[in-house]
Amino acid sequence: MTALLKSREALLALVIVVMTAGIALRFPAFIAPANLANVFNDTAPLMILALGQMMVILTKCIDLSVTATLALTGMAAALLNGAGVPLPLILLAVIALGAALGAINGLLVWKVGIPSIVVTLGTMTIYRGVIFLMTDGKWVNAHEMTAGFKALPRAVFLGLPVMSWIAIALIAIFAVVMSRTAIGRAFYAVGGNPNAAVYIGINVGRTQFIAFALSGALAGLTGYLWVARYAVAYVDVASGFELNVVAACVIGGISIAGGIGSVTGVILGAIFLGIIANALPVVGISPFWQMAISGSAIILAVAFNAAQTRRPSRLILKRAEA
Amino acid sequence: MTSTPAPEPTRQMPDRLQSRLIRAARSWEALLLVVFVLVFAANAFASPYFLNVWNLSDATFNFTEKAMIAFAMALLIIAGEIDLSVASIVALASTAMGLAMTAGADMPMIVAAGIATGVVCGAVNGALVAGMGLPSIVVTIGTMSLFRGLSYIILGDQAFTGYPKSLAFFGQGYVYWVISFELALFAVAALAFYLLLHHTRFGREVYVLGNNATAAQFSGLRVGRLRFTLFLLTGLMSGIAGVCLTSRLGSTRPSIASGMELEVVTMVVLGGVSILGGSGSIIGVVLAAFIMGCVTFGFGLLNVPGIVMSIFLGLLLIGTIALPQLLKGK
Repeated sequence: MTALLKSREALLALVIVVMTAGIALRFPAFIAPANLANVFNDTAPLMILALGQMMVILTKCIDLSVTATLALTGMAAALLNGAGVPLPLILLAVIALGAALGAINGLLVWKVGIPSIVVTLGTMTIYRGVIFLMTDGKWVNAHEMTAGFKALPRAVFLGLPVMSWIAIALIAIFAVVMSRTAIGRAFYAVGGNPNAAVYIGINVGRTQFIAFALSGALAGLTGYLWVARYAVAYVDVASGFELNVVAACVIGGISIAGGIGSVTGVILGAIFLGIIANALPVVGISPFWQMAISGSAIILAVAFNAAQTRRPSRLILKRAEA
Repeated sequence: MTSTPAPEPTRQMPDRLQSRLIRAARSWEALLLVVFVLVFAANAFASPYFLNVWNLSDATFNFTEKAMIAFAMALLIIAGEIDLSVASIVALASTAMGLAMTAGADMPMIVAAGIATGVVCGAVNGALVAGMGLPSIVVTIGTMSLFRGLSYIILGDQAFTGYPKSLAFFGQGYVYWVISFELALFAVAALAFYLLLHHTRFGREVYVLGNNATAAQFSGLRVGRLRFTLFLLTGLMSGIAGVCLTSRLGSTRPSIASGMELEVVTMVVLGGVSILGGSGSIIGVVLAAFIMGCVTFGFGLLNVPGIVMSIFLGLLLIGTIALPQLLKGK
């Protein structure tokens, strides 16, 4: 029982419940099932991206280029749609393109040995720049997209939009993969202790490469979902959203030093941010507050993570291994 | 944040030490100098408008503000930390100047508000990293969002305009002939940081900290205070850059200086500062500033859109780190 109370996920879930209850006291309509389903659907892209980011951060890396990847694949999806390519092929294409863009990050980290923060800071601008080169800065608007292209993420299946179902399916897959498969455990091993990982036969660089490629593939899928749902594609789609993705991970208890974190935590972190984003207009706070709130949430969460993982024994040297 | 655990390098003593001249000729700074001359020459050939003192003087505005931040950032990166919130500090400093103006402050007070905001932001970063022992990447990703978020809360979709005429000097004034105030400030800052890093005890401590934080602590260095000071310094320089930029643009929007952190980090890394900490020089950063300014200006004369320049910048950032790694061979 005390272990449950001390667990990161339980605490975060409690915070979310208390926060939602607080909002519901003043605005009961907020917790109507339909609205909660809406909040979940709104948060689906953030959850999918955060699952990808989680793998990358577990392996001691960071991927700041996820939303640039999203924007580039989203634009590619819109252009392919304009060229008359059928939807199933578009889906395959965006996932492949996303994986390729992620693989570029991964290769630079694995084979060239550049720190991931520098690689993705660079590719973040390069990928967005490529969108501009592809389109000359033009937008692809709703009327230039076919009805079927726009309909898929919104189509309702068993009471929930397809976008929500995709998120649910991915959460389920990741919950199994991260805890029950060799590659899932390898992500933890590589981040937890790279030297030990080498000794037990895990290729650290290759594992990081796989994390980047998978994160890119998820960003590619989200690129289609995002562009189809909002029915517009342009250079600055989801610009700055990468901070929310990192925030969801950090709030969810993923240690930036690698090796620590859970799928449940990340999803709760994303839901926490999703509820705030959806509650602000309800409560009557300007949406301009959101950026500062997620910034503060990142700082609080990282301070909390550090306090929690601090060893109980007396620490003589802080950051000895940093 | 690094990748594979590399095998411990075997340290070998060379048979003969290289002479100073040869070492200088083979240094990163020498390479940068060659690149700068090439870029400069290419620009002079590509556009007839390039070789004009006033045009060149204008071109310096492309890098002066970023370079001022880059000097402090270089120290921070050499010490093994990073600050991704610098562009947001510029935005918040600029917003504070706007607030001071609307409150009826006169010119010196407006400038003071901008610089003080920078220092306070730097202190916040420093306290979180040095005081609480948090990793600087996440902390500054957080404050990057927080500081700019505060600007958005204050300004929303509005802008501050109508700064007093006397403020314009900092971003548009000239000290002597074609030497702008910003260029002069850049030169002073370059000299100050050069002396600080390469000729003071403080500078040596920065290198020690970046090379081996544990050894630094065992040697009795006040590691926490050193880190805090470096963040404070970066905040201060960002505040000063914020004053210059606000004065030059004459207005404040919450999106001001967005993406500047990328250019600053690129400048530092292009200047030969190791992103892993422990090595680098101010001369390298100065040369990198010249190169980036020259490239931006040259592209501008050739009507290349800004976003294409940023692709180039991204390639430059990755390329400058990748090239030495690849040349070193496996």
